[in-house]
Amino acid sequence: MCVALPGKVIELNGQEAVVDFSGNRITAISGLVPVQIGDYVLVHAGCILQKMAKAEAEDLYAMFDELKEVTS
Amino acid sequence: MTEQIRQMTTWLAAYDGPDISIMEVCGSHTAAISKYGISGILSEKIHLISGPGCPVCVTPSAYVDRLIELAFEPHTTVVTFGDLLRVPGKTKSLEESRADGASVEMVYAPMDTIRLAKEHPDRQYVFAAVGFETTTPVYAWFVDTLKKEKITNVRILTALKTMPPVIDWLCRNGAKVDGFLAPGHVCAVTGFSCFEPIAKKYRIPFGVGGFAAEELVVAVYGIARAIESHRAGREITFVRNYYPSVVTENGNETAKELVEKYFEPADACWRGIGTIEGSGRLLRDEYRCFDAGSEGLIEDFKRNQACRCDRVLMGDAKPTDCPLFGKVCTPMNPQGACMVSEEGSCHQYLAFHRTR
Amino acid sequence: MRITMAHGSGGRATGELIDEVFASRFSNPVLSQMEDAAVVDGNKKLAITTDSFVVEPLEFPGGDIGRLCICGTVNDLLMRGATPKYLTCGFILQEGADSKQLVRCVESMADTAKEAGVIIVAGDTKVVEGSGGFTINTAGVGFVPEGQQISASNCKPGDVILVSGTMGDHHAAILSSRLGINNSIVSDCAPLGEMVKTLLEENIEVHCLRDVTRGGLATVVKELAERSQVTMELDEQAVPVSAQVRDFCGLMGLDPLYMGNEGKLLAVVAAKDADRAISLLRSCKYGREAAVIGSVTDEQPGLACATTVIGGRRVLDVLQGEGLPRIC
Repeated sequence: MCVALPGKVIELNGQEAVVDFSGNRITAISGLVPVQIGDYVLVHAGCILQKMAKAEAEDLYAMFDELKEVTS
Repeated sequence: MTEQIRQMTTWLAAYDGPDISIMEVCGSHTAAISKYGISGILSEKIHLISGPGCPVCVTPSAYVDRLIELAFEPHTTVVTFGDLLRVPGKTKSLEESRADGASVEMVYAPMDTIRLAKEHPDRQYVFAAVGFETTTPVYAWFVDTLKKEKITNVRILTALKTMPPVIDWLCRNGAKVDGFLAPGHVCAVTGFSCFEPIAKKYRIPFGVGGFAAEELVVAVYGIARAIESHRAGREITFVRNYYPSVVTENGNETAKELVEKYFEPADACWRGIGTIEGSGRLLRDEYRCFDAGSEGLIEDFKRNQACRCDRVLMGDAKPTDCPLFGKVCTPMNPQGACMVSEEGSCHQYLAFHRTR
Repeated sequence: MRITMAHGSGGRATGELIDEVFASRFSNPVLSQMEDAAVVDGNKKLAITTDSFVVEPLEFPGGDIGRLCICGTVNDLLMRGATPKYLTCGFILQEGADSKQLVRCVESMADTAKEAGVIIVAGDTKVVEGSGGFTINTAGVGFVPEGQQISASNCKPGDVILVSGTMGDHHAAILSSRLGINNSIVSDCAPLGEMVKTLLEENIEVHCLRDVTRGGLATVVKELAERSQVTMELDEQAVPVSAQVRDFCGLMGLDPLYMGNEGKLLAVVAAKDADRAISLLRSCKYGREAAVIGSVTDEQPGLACATTVIGGRRVLDVLQGEGLPRIC
């Protein structure tokens, strides 16, 4: 299953990070992506796989940008 | 709903051109499409088809049988994600075997296995490593940890699959698909460029999609418009990224390197389809000491000859076309690949009463 | 002290356990007679229910098996418009059970019974082999006023569907405890008497009441759609779910519409009374987040569905499988 929620890194301990999802905290491996406290990340099977763009509005804007070609 | 999304849903509902079939190849996409009722807002001319996107569903019976064999070995525990428990082997599932005394534990993350192994150094643990490109880096990290920490009582049994070869196989074998909704989290690791060779080879549009309702609407709309442009003879970019918050062109290089270090491409058997060349991964020879016998698990026992999963996975039949659907084949007693996991297309059609 | 098989022998140890743990805490004139059966005052129409409680862990954030068994039993009575009066309880203790934990749960049971306005009039204790837990079976009796028509088969087209608060809290709290997920979700375990009493006393035209327990909201509305032969139409975005529970579900692959609660009711009321019903519910201790979540139509008898955020429609069915987290 793909968890598509952005989690926020709130703690770093070596190659593990504590990631917060609206108050739900899980420990995830942070060795595959360089992350800092405050970063929003994608977590899969207990492992941070990517950083995520923070602001949803920006994200939608980027999607609409991508659509320009197909609709013109 | 923003105005732009509203315009897209209006277009998708009103579309009246030649039929468009878009295949999703990610189980979480299948589940999200059901949950948000996406197919219901589309014109009857736009069809969403579920391809082989659930890693649990496409795991062949021989793999489950091998896990059961291991779970009955003395002092050995098989550790797995929950979804795999009910997948049928030739005669039984892991869940049924557990009731017969096999040692099976469920975890949330693979790394929990290492914690268990440290707590019980006298037991052997085998993690059922099932998944696509998204999960393989986690297993690479897992093996890397076993190696670095010199842990000797943990192995993995792999059923690892890769997306581009199976999509190539679908296109080569005439799947009735005009465009692909590409899996967002596979691309988070591989980058969207991994689909460019196939898209160009078969001249078929791909759109990488996220998992929120709006993201899915944008992706389906983008793919449908690209198909329309392509049919009209206009030049298009074959792979488009509608999940830019997570997906980049080349993905996560560190993860890809770690996967390359530990795993090599291998043939793999897909339940309901058969063996596809180079569509999986196995541990490299030098790391086979961490493997619990994953090679050659290619038998794919068909429980019921009337099962149409092979055609459903090809986009050739809908789950509701199968004579077993919802009668003989149910989530509690799955007969084929698409009913075994909650993310399988038959399971989704049944649970959400989907008809299209 | 640990519970041993001797505590179930029926002899001295049993007597001591009953006196020390149960009788002192549940004390009331009926129980104190310690007869083989309780004799109580009656009513022309009675509501009777029974339930068994097997929760693991026994104590969880926001409650414990003691509070749970009172709430579960009185809430079932309340959903028929009855006023809960009497409860019985049978304790099945496993050998090795911790008597301190048992006392904590029994105390919480006594407090909750007081809050819910019921008395425990009869009880029983047995000890079985096991791993040190315990389970409770209850029966409940309530008085039903004359002319009460509240029923699962009484939803009518045009009615409005309300819930008394956020969905999924109990289920999420229990699963978080079991899976070791660190969060501050607490169970919503609570008696619903104040809310039911308020709605009925203020003459709200209530057609149906249901407590939204195992199987969640979706299972309840599907059952009502079938029993009343109507369409139950929800607006998914209007269903209250706390941000923490929503993200917990997202992480675990669960759906808030299928998550169980132990202190939430669903009410189907006449449209004319909907606004008033919401303000009344919100004035109650456990109803602060009450909301209108949908309506009843006659489109297709037996159909339950929800309109999604993008205007799609999903069909709701009773829960399939066991509501455990999906992982892969």
